Amino acid sequence: MNVQLSTGGELFEPRRPGSKDIAWCPGCGNFGIRNILISALAELGLKPSEVAIISGIGQAAKMPHYINANGYHTLHGRAIPIATGVKASNPELTVIAEGGDGDMYAEGGNHLLHAIRRNPDITVLIHDNQVYGLTKGQASPTTMKGMKTPTQPWGVFEEPFNPVALAVALDASFVARTFMGYFKESVEVIKQAIRHRGLAIVDILHPCVSFNKVNTYAWYREHTYWMDDHDPHDREAAFRRALESDPLPLGVFYINEKPSFEEEVPAYRWDKTPLWQREPKLNLVERFFETKS
Amino acid sequence: MAEFRGDVSIVLGGAAGQGIQTVEEILTHALKRSGYHVYANKGYMSRVRGGINTTEIRVSSKPVRAFVKRIDILVPFKQGVLSWVENRLSETTVVLGERENVEETFLDKVNLVEVPLTKMALETGSQLYLNTTAAGLIVGLFHGDFEAVEEHIRKRFESKGENVVKKNIEAAKKGYDLGVKLCEEGTIAVDVQRDEKAAGDVLLTGTEAVGIGALAGGMNFLSFYPMSPSTGVSTFAAQKAEEFEIVVEQVEDEISAINMALGAWYAGARAMVSTSGGGFALMSEALSLAGMAENPVVIHLAQRPGPATGLPTRTMQGDLNLVLYAGHGDFPRIILTPGSLEEAFYLTAEAFNLADRYQVPVIILTDQYFVDTYYNLPAPDVSKVMFERHIVEAKPGYRRYELTEDGISPRAIPGYGEEVVIANGNEHDEWGDITEDAELTIKMQEKRAVKKLETIKRNAPLPKLIGKENAEYLVVSWGSTFHVVEEALEKLGSEKVAHLHFSWVYPLNPETKKFFEGRKVIVVENNVTGQFADLLWKELGVKADHRVLKYDGRPFSVEEVLDALKGVVE
Repeated sequence: MNVQLSTGGELFEPRRPGSKDIAWCPGCGNFGIRNILISALAELGLKPSEVAIISGIGQAAKMPHYINANGYHTLHGRAIPIATGVKASNPELTVIAEGGDGDMYAEGGNHLLHAIRRNPDITVLIHDNQVYGLTKGQASPTTMKGMKTPTQPWGVFEEPFNPVALAVALDASFVARTFMGYFKESVEVIKQAIRHRGLAIVDILHPCVSFNKVNTYAWYREHTYWMDDHDPHDREAAFRRALESDPLPLGVFYINEKPSFEEEVPAYRWDKTPLWQREPKLNLVERFFETKS
Repeated sequence: MAEFRGDVSIVLGGAAGQGIQTVEEILTHALKRSGYHVYANKGYMSRVRGGINTTEIRVSSKPVRAFVKRIDILVPFKQGVLSWVENRLSETTVVLGERENVEETFLDKVNLVEVPLTKMALETGSQLYLNTTAAGLIVGLFHGDFEAVEEHIRKRFESKGENVVKKNIEAAKKGYDLGVKLCEEGTIAVDVQRDEKAAGDVLLTGTEAVGIGALAGGMNFLSFYPMSPSTGVSTFAAQKAEEFEIVVEQVEDEISAINMALGAWYAGARAMVSTSGGGFALMSEALSLAGMAENPVVIHLAQRPGPATGLPTRTMQGDLNLVLYAGHGDFPRIILTPGSLEEAFYLTAEAFNLADRYQVPVIILTDQYFVDTYYNLPAPDVSKVMFERHIVEAKPGYRRYELTEDGISPRAIPGYGEEVVIANGNEHDEWGDITEDAELTIKMQEKRAVKKLETIKRNAPLPKLIGKENAEYLVVSWGSTFHVVEEALEKLGSEKVAHLHFSWVYPLNPETKKFFEGRKVIVVENNVTGQFADLLWKELGVKADHRVLKYDGRPFSVEEVLDALKGVVE
């Protein structure tokens, strides 16, 4: 991890004994994403105790062990509902749901769809390397057509999943794509996503140096471009950009300000106290029994 | 003349959508307010319209809390009801209603007391008033207080405007007057004494007892996917969400429901999910995560007969094995099976303390019969509900999975204290980071599945013994069969037989074994194999000498249990 972190980033460097033995391959894009995330958190002036990173299963989902923040390494595909529960129980926390393309788009696909509808104020970071890493090289929902893998030896024939188009189609609150090879730009996109009130989806392209020989660092540089003349409040324009496949546009596609889940639920309409600080309302229980006699 | 004394069993039968629930609601509330003890339970079909739904209502001079097979008065609202309940009819059953609702083949066999309900409703102004007319009629048979009928109608129809209220009261009064007249003429004689205590009681359903118990226990988060017969609890919570200022969310599936609840507990909330067998099956992966991450969670599972879709609206105690063994890997859990509405209230409240204290899944196992049953009871004493908070501050150096003697690591939550909290579904070290170390794996496995389990067992309450300690026979019940066994034993009236009820079925306190020594054991269960009898054998080495089982999707009746017990002990 020899990349320069932003000032304050050292706060997020873990010092626990189990955080030293990193399971990522040398050269893995996950290292870059970790540095980008730490820098974004530091630049936002957050403290480790104010941040909760909820991850699923996979190489990307090991993030909570390599960063100093609250973390919950959960189940494959389930990071989004768990993160939703965390945020709805303590809206004061900055909550990030993190996982790979298999985690978020395959096993957890249904949760993603409904989280977009529910709009919790969490940031969903998808490490999208277009292949399965931890299970060793099978196709993922975003693998390009024709790529041969051990379990698709004839070449993938399924259409790749387009997370950006899907999110814009569902009128998501915030939709972005970045490539981790662009450090500063990625830090800015992720800061914007975390600051956004409502569900923020960031598809983060990154190479898998072990199992994806097609989508390499060089490939991503050649096949992506930054949108510099795009209005993210224009949904139709966002959708048009989302359908572009080569080169892939990077940046914020779509922003749709709307009330978040935590703003809608009855729990915080009059009282902003996190749920853990509340006590049973026994007077209301008494009153209930009075109405039943 | 038909004569009923002390305890009358009334059955209303009609199509889904015909509104017999309205009749049931008005008359149970009015009779309770008049000082009668009431009990009601429904049997309904999995459909929105048509079919035959029935409701049993017992009206009694002393508390009654169990289902009886016997029907004293049957009120059919459509053809087919008599055939549906044929095995519950006897020579003394009075069929009260309209001739066209009685099948041809029954006309010369039953004691039909014709009442022109439709005509009376039309005289009031519309067929719509038939239900309130019928409710009034039955209250009239008991000479109940008509003001109580009026009061309930007012409450129920007030949102529909003064005219609807007025018309319904008028309809009920016509029915009431006819009921009184039937008694005065000597057609039907009903002799049930009033008990002032009943008038001041509360009338609760199993669903409400669980729901309000959860709120008393500090539940502030409920996520769910609708599934009969568990949906009532979620509906109850949603209806109370604004008043209690809690999160209630209907989510995309049961997988999401329980994972959200896990996230909520991780952040310090007191969360519950309510589901039935099929939904719980989907939750088993997350249950296992709760076990590994030592993430508390409270689950209400209202059982219905399986496998698969089974009988969606009927009852069975068939999911005990499911909740005992669900989830991959070894980890402890607590299973509570309330037998009375009081227990449902106190135990559901306590479930949140238990989950918080032991950091395990706590499952409240009810069933369709239990959640849909209601009766009057003295209002539970809310001051007896204890609120325990086991959350600690995350101070520098905090270790989420600190190895301790009793297997319980102090639980901190994110945002309370400066240190971070790492929870993990992978095997982990004391800090919560992934480990593959063999020694540490052994320690963590033993921490959860041995030390913590032993701690819970040691502190587990003993079952409740009713009757003599040295009785020859011991009748065992768990969950919803409590009252039916209780009443059957009262009727049996034998000193040779005692009753042992389990409201906490797992893990069992090893001391539980002493209740069985030298006794002949009869286990009563609403399932086909005797799942709890098997558990007693596995956990305590106690062999059930007799298993009294029922598995037709219906609850036990007092008569059935009584007959079965007589067969064994006489």
